Amino acid sequence: MKNIFKYTFALLAIGFVSCDPEFDSPVTDEGFYTSGSADLSKYVSVGNSLTAGYADGALYITGQENSYPNIMAQQFSFAGGGEFTQPLMNDNVGGLLLGGAQITENRFVLAVGPDGSPSPVRLVGTPTTDITNRLTGPFNNMGVPGAKSFHLVAPGYGNVAGVPTGAANPYFARFASSESATVIGDAASQNPTFFSLWIGNNDILSYATSGGAGVDQTGNFDPSTYGPNDITDPNVFASVYSQQVDALTGAGAKGVLVNIPEVTSIPYFTTVPRNAIPLDAATAAQLNAQFSAYNTQILPGLVGVGIITPEEAALRMINFSAGQNFPIMTDDDLTDVTAILQGPPFSLPAPLAALLGQLRQVKSDDLIVLTASSVLGTTPDPSNPQGVIGVSIPLSDQYVLAVSEQARVTAASTAYNATIQALAGAKGLAYVDAKVALARVANGGVAYDGGILTSQFVTGGAFSLDGVHPTPRGYAYTANLIIQAINDTYDATIPMVHIGNYATITVTNSP
Amino acid sequence: MKKVLLIAVFALASAVTYAGGYRVSLQGNKALAMGHTGVAIVNSSELVFFNPAGLVYLDDKFNISAGASGVFSNIAYQDTESGANARTDSPVGTPLYLYASYKATDWLAFGLGVYTPYGSEVKYEDDWAGSHLVNNIDLKAIYIQPTVSFKVNDVISFGGGPIYVTGSVNFNRNLNRTLTDLDGNRANVTVDATGVSNWGWVASTMVNLTEDLHIGATYRSEIILDAEDGDATFENVPNSPLTPFEDTKINASLPLPAEMTVGMSYDFCEKWTFAFDFNRTFWDVYKSLDIDFANPDIPDSKNARNYKNASIYRFGMQYDATKMFTLRAGYYFDESPVQSGYFAPETPRNDSSNFTAGLTVNLGEHLQIDASFLYSYFKEIDASYNYYFENGQSVPFKGTYKTNAFVPGLGLTYKL
Repeated sequence: MKNIFKYTFALLAIGFVSCDPEFDSPVTDEGFYTSGSADLSKYVSVGNSLTAGYADGALYITGQENSYPNIMAQQFSFAGGGEFTQPLMNDNVGGLLLGGAQITENRFVLAVGPDGSPSPVRLVGTPTTDITNRLTGPFNNMGVPGAKSFHLVAPGYGNVAGVPTGAANPYFARFASSESATVIGDAASQNPTFFSLWIGNNDILSYATSGGAGVDQTGNFDPSTYGPNDITDPNVFASVYSQQVDALTGAGAKGVLVNIPEVTSIPYFTTVPRNAIPLDAATAAQLNAQFSAYNTQILPGLVGVGIITPEEAALRMINFSAGQNFPIMTDDDLTDVTAILQGPPFSLPAPLAALLGQLRQVKSDDLIVLTASSVLGTTPDPSNPQGVIGVSIPLSDQYVLAVSEQARVTAASTAYNATIQALAGAKGLAYVDAKVALARVANGGVAYDGGILTSQFVTGGAFSLDGVHPTPRGYAYTANLIIQAINDTYDATIPMVHIGNYATITVTNSP
Repeated sequence: MKKVLLIAVFALASAVTYAGGYRVSLQGNKALAMGHTGVAIVNSSELVFFNPAGLVYLDDKFNISAGASGVFSNIAYQDTESGANARTDSPVGTPLYLYASYKATDWLAFGLGVYTPYGSEVKYEDDWAGSHLVNNIDLKAIYIQPTVSFKVNDVISFGGGPIYVTGSVNFNRNLNRTLTDLDGNRANVTVDATGVSNWGWVASTMVNLTEDLHIGATYRSEIILDAEDGDATFENVPNSPLTPFEDTKINASLPLPAEMTVGMSYDFCEKWTFAFDFNRTFWDVYKSLDIDFANPDIPDSKNARNYKNASIYRFGMQYDATKMFTLRAGYYFDESPVQSGYFAPETPRNDSSNFTAGLTVNLGEHLQIDASFLYSYFKEIDASYNYYFENGQSVPFKGTYKTNAFVPGLGLTYKL
């Protein structure tokens, strides 16, 4: 009898012991995934808005939670990764306050208008993140929205007093270790065992998004003289980038460097069609008549007196036809003939001379920026229905990244990327060709388990509503690219994520 | 554009899941201890469930059996591709049974049974990797079965009766893999239906080939529970005409499949009994779970299940050790009704091996305590559910599952 009880209890005990089902090799076991020759225990990410998880024209909590470094850190945790902290915003509205006054705009959401069609609008709401509330760091994620390469090594970039003048960055002001701290210093002082560095995008991007409104500073080695929309000199980039890599690898850390994608891969430059002006035959003929003097007398005349070349004259010709037409624009790379046209033999009135001063039509290889969609075809002066932007009023240069401007962007980014790749090779760091990867998204897309990830604005899944920054799904794709590079370089087996599990744009109508 | 988005959102939202393989064989502690055999064993009013025809062969004027089980079931999931992993934290299920029989004459007996042969209670962590298929589910079905049993002679008897079923279901899942409100809380739906009822029937026979060798057969009919006017409650849905998920009513049909059992028992060496039962559960009625939302803006949800009929092979032994103790042990092999590619996480059942043991303690002439223990062993399995769709494209939910269950049970039998 005793034995019977004994056996019964033994059987019960077996049942209880195996209560929790165990896999033969659980993914949570140490050693299932490995970090290879890298040590992921202390990961620090350094970069700009992309690293911060900025999306939809703002920084907000759920965006930060889906930053590529945070996604990577979650995966690193399977292979010895440690805690990963981020300077989280205070809300999901996204705007920043400085002493109670709002200094950056709220996030975009996709809202359905009264006419039933959805479009990106700024979320209505009161932001609660005041940059005067400095967070106690350090934070593993050192992504600072807006930072250019040379900003990372600039002391005082996180000094809140410098924010109103543009000398400092409001995002870094929230978590800089001191008023004189540098981003790279705050990153390096955490003694990372592993780092990622993705910087340089803004060194060309602000120039591009401003339609080339800034200056190409190639040849100017003093970044303190640069304007916000300027292109950074490649030597300046190479110098500060190399400093940064040295600082981050100082304690023997391994890491990954990410290069700079083409601006043509992002919907900010590919969404608005170049020939957005629909005209009927009669209107086209009427417009051509208006511009006929410009085409047939003024331009040849300017060539005749040697003011412009025949090539420039050809570029400046205006011609409309029935159907879709290229808008007229002001191109500040053209010779400004405003003053000349007011003198003899043209003797045009000042307003007309100004209109024609740097006038041309958009060409098929120009890029029109996303924000042009809200001005093209509009009539800024309600009392003058004839004054239509793109038809009778030139589209401002800031809305068009002309071919000449694109060339400057490409030249600079090509130089930056050469630096990045060379440094990765020299230092034995993992290297991610984000340029090629994003071009793949833009050209045909990348298949995943729920469809195809493309750069199509709003519907493509990769880009958020600002047209520049990725969605969570786009960031997840980025995280996978970087993990792949780490696995390849360091013989690691860090698992990737299913990008279909990551959200795209946020639909909501403001309350 | 709006249409494209609508389609995207809805396509993502079209996979409501339901319990599968939700048969719970815990209809008597005596039988369970013997591998849940009993179609050809005459020992208590558990026969109301196992074989009503056998009631008339009970020696007792009255026989009442009641009991309960504690179902401790566990599911572990992992996806080696992404590292995603999850474990259920399911509440302990407590299926009950109550049977009573009354032998009116030598050839006629009546019985009444209340039991819960179908049910499922699974709870994953909210927003886990498969949350677009299920977060949690609680399905209950209570069978109430009055029974009559009469014998033609000492060799053969017949039994049967109507079955009234009342059931309820509550389940929650996320609307898709990604939709959230503005603050990142995952949009989800809870479907709740209670008091869903319908009728079925049971018929059976028992044949005593010799004094020691018995065979039996029981057929329990299929019962379709038509949940009408259930409630669908949506949570964390963004405020947008593009996501018009508002609380509404639902209709859905839940099949409780028919089950055929044949089996035998053999008494030998005075104190020993061997039993074998074969169950066939006609799961092929469970083709698809369709949920019809009353709100026309919310597309109906169609979820392929495509179960196949499945067999269970049960073996049991009983040993009358002493006047006080009867010992039992058993084994059964439970074939999964889930076909390849339809392996959904709400009841991830592959084939299982089940080990049972138990005993009866006789406390005097009238009262018995029945104890049982069941351990269900499932092999680790790599499986996927391939019928969740996004943008018209199948998005398989893949992974490795490891499941087990252990079920202690306790009951009383009172006889006169």
